[in-house]
Amino acid sequence: MTAATLDAVVAAGPRKFDWVRRNPTIVIGSAILALFVVLALVAPWIANDPLSFDPLNRLKRPSSEFWFGTDQFGRDVYSRVVYGTRISLIVGASVAVIATAIGLVVGVLCGYYRRVDDIVMRVMDGLMAIPAILLAIALITLMKASLLIVIIAISIPEIPRVVRLVRSVVLTVRGLPYIEAAVASGTRGRIIMTRHILPTTVAPLIVQATYVCASAILIEAGLSFLGAGTPPEIPSWGNVISLGRAYFQISPWIIFFPGLMLAIAVLAINLVGDGLRDTLDPRIARRM
Amino acid sequence: MTAYILRRLLATIPVMVVVALFVFLLLHLTPGDPAAVIAGDDASPLDIEGVRRKLGLDRPLWEQFGIYVSNLLRGDLGTSIFSNLPVLTLVKQRLEPSLVLALSTLVLATAFAVPMGVLAAWKARTLIDRVVMGFSVLGFAVPVFLIGYLLIYIFAIELRWLPVQGYKPLALGIGETARSIALPAFALSMVYMALIARITRASMLEVLSQDYIRTAHAKGVAAVAVLLHHALKNAAVPIVTVIGIGLTLLISGVVITETVFNIPGLGRLTVDAILKRDYPIIQGLIILFAGVKVLANLLIDISYVFFDPRIRY
Repeated sequence: MTAATLDAVVAAGPRKFDWVRRNPTIVIGSAILALFVVLALVAPWIANDPLSFDPLNRLKRPSSEFWFGTDQFGRDVYSRVVYGTRISLIVGASVAVIATAIGLVVGVLCGYYRRVDDIVMRVMDGLMAIPAILLAIALITLMKASLLIVIIAISIPEIPRVVRLVRSVVLTVRGLPYIEAAVASGTRGRIIMTRHILPTTVAPLIVQATYVCASAILIEAGLSFLGAGTPPEIPSWGNVISLGRAYFQISPWIIFFPGLMLAIAVLAINLVGDGLRDTLDPRIARRM
Repeated sequence: MTAYILRRLLATIPVMVVVALFVFLLLHLTPGDPAAVIAGDDASPLDIEGVRRKLGLDRPLWEQFGIYVSNLLRGDLGTSIFSNLPVLTLVKQRLEPSLVLALSTLVLATAFAVPMGVLAAWKARTLIDRVVMGFSVLGFAVPVFLIGYLLIYIFAIELRWLPVQGYKPLALGIGETARSIALPAFALSMVYMALIARITRASMLEVLSQDYIRTAHAKGVAAVAVLLHHALKNAAVPIVTVIGIGLTLLISGVVITETVFNIPGLGRLTVDAILKRDYPIIQGLIILFAGVKVLANLLIDISYVFFDPRIRY
C-alpha cells in the first residue's frame, strides 16, 4: 500500500458500516426478524379479522383484494398469515427462553456436582432418544390443546441439548486454574457457579438459543399441520397450512404463503444464529 | 470388540428404562384422571370405569409400571383403545411404507450430500462451495411440507410425471413403489442433505489441511484418488455420526411427509392416534422409535472401527 492511500484510510477513520460488512448474516437475519416483529405488532392495523367467514368469497385466487387468496371458509389468507406471525414468534421466543433457562440450571448443576450428573444425564439420554415431535404429540394428546401446552411440549425435548452444551462448557472450565484458586480460597460452591462458571456459558447459550427458537417454530408448525398443535381456531401458520391440505390441488396458495413465511422466518433466525456463532464463539464455529 | 459391544448393549438398558418410565409417567402425571383422558370427552362414568379396569389403572403405580415393563419385554407394546388391536399388530401393518420411505431418504440424502460436501471442501471458497453452503442453509429452513407440496405441484400436477399422492406396496412391483416414493423421499431428504453436506464439508476441510494429503499430492497420486481414498475415508467418522444424529430428524420427518403425501405408514398411524386420542399407540410408537434410534447409534459407534483402524474397543 502506498503512503497516499494509507493516509486516506487513516483520515477516513474507522468506517461506519465496518461491523455491518463483517457480519452480513447477522445484519440481514436481524433485519428480516425485525420486520416480522413489526408485522406481529401492527397486525390489527394492517390485516382484517383473521377469523371472519365470507361464504361469497371462498377459495379465491390471490388478487388485489385478497393478496394471498382466501380459504375454504372465505377467510383472508393474508390476514391469517399476518396474525400467525404472532403465534410463531411467541412460540419460538418462549421455547428458547424456557429451554435455555432450565437447561442452564440443570447443566451447571450437572457439570459441577458429579453425583447429580450421573442420574440426570441418564434421564437426558432417554429424553434425547425420543423424537421431539412424538414427545410433543404424546403430551398434547393427553392434555387439552392450548398455546401454553404446546410451548411446554416443545420445550421439554429441547432441554437435553442445552443441558449437554452447558455441561460440556462447565466441565472444561471446572478444570481451569482460576476455579481451583477459587475453591482453594474457600469460595462457596454457589458463588463459584454463579460468578465464575455461569458467565462462560453465556456465548454458546445465546447461539444455542437461536437454534432452539428456529427449531421450535418449525416443530409448532409441524404439530399444527398434523393436528396436534395450537387449537385450530388460532390462526398459526401450521393451522392455516393444515386446513389448506384438502384444497391443495385447486387452491395451493392457502399452503404456499404461510409455508413461505415460515421458511423465511426460520432462515432469518438461523442466519442470526450462524453469524453469532462465528463472532461470539470461534471454537464452536470450527466444530460445526 | 465383543466386550465393547456387550457393554454398549448394556448401556442402552438405562436409556430405554428412562424412555419407558417417561411415557408411563406422562399418562399419570398429567392433570386429570388418566382413565377419563383415555376414554375421551364424551365417555360415561361406566366407560371410564371400564377403561380403568382394562388398563389396570386401579392398581398401585409401581405395580402398573412393573406390568408395563414386563409386557414390553415380551414384545407387547400395549393395546389400541379405539380398535382394540395390539399396537404391535398395527405397527406391522403400517411398517412397509415408512421403512421404504425412511431408507430411500437415507440413501438419497447420503448419495447426494456426501459428494456435495466433498466438492464444496475441495473447491472451498469458490462459487461451488457457496452454492452448496447456500443450499445447506436453505435446507434447514424450508419445512418439509412446503417442499413436499411444491414438488407435488411441479412434478405431479403441472408436469404429470409422477403420482400426486399415495403409496404402491412393494408387492405391486418395485418400479411402482419407486414412482410413488420418489417425491416424498426427495422432499424429506432435503433437510438431511443439508445436515450431511455441511458436516462432510467441515470434516473434509479439516482432513484436507493435513500433511499426509500434501504428501499424497506430492508423490503424484491422482487428485480424485486423494480426495476419495485418502481424505474421505479419514473424514468419515463425523459424517457417519451426523447420519445417526439425523435419525431423530428422519423419524419426525417421516410422520409429516406421510401426511403430505397420503402414505399409509406409521405417520398415518400417529395422526389417526392423535385424532382419536389413542394414547397407547403413541406410547408404543415412542418406545419403538426410541429403540430404533438407540440401536442405530450403537451400530454407528461400532462402524467407526471400519473407517478408522486407530479406534480400538
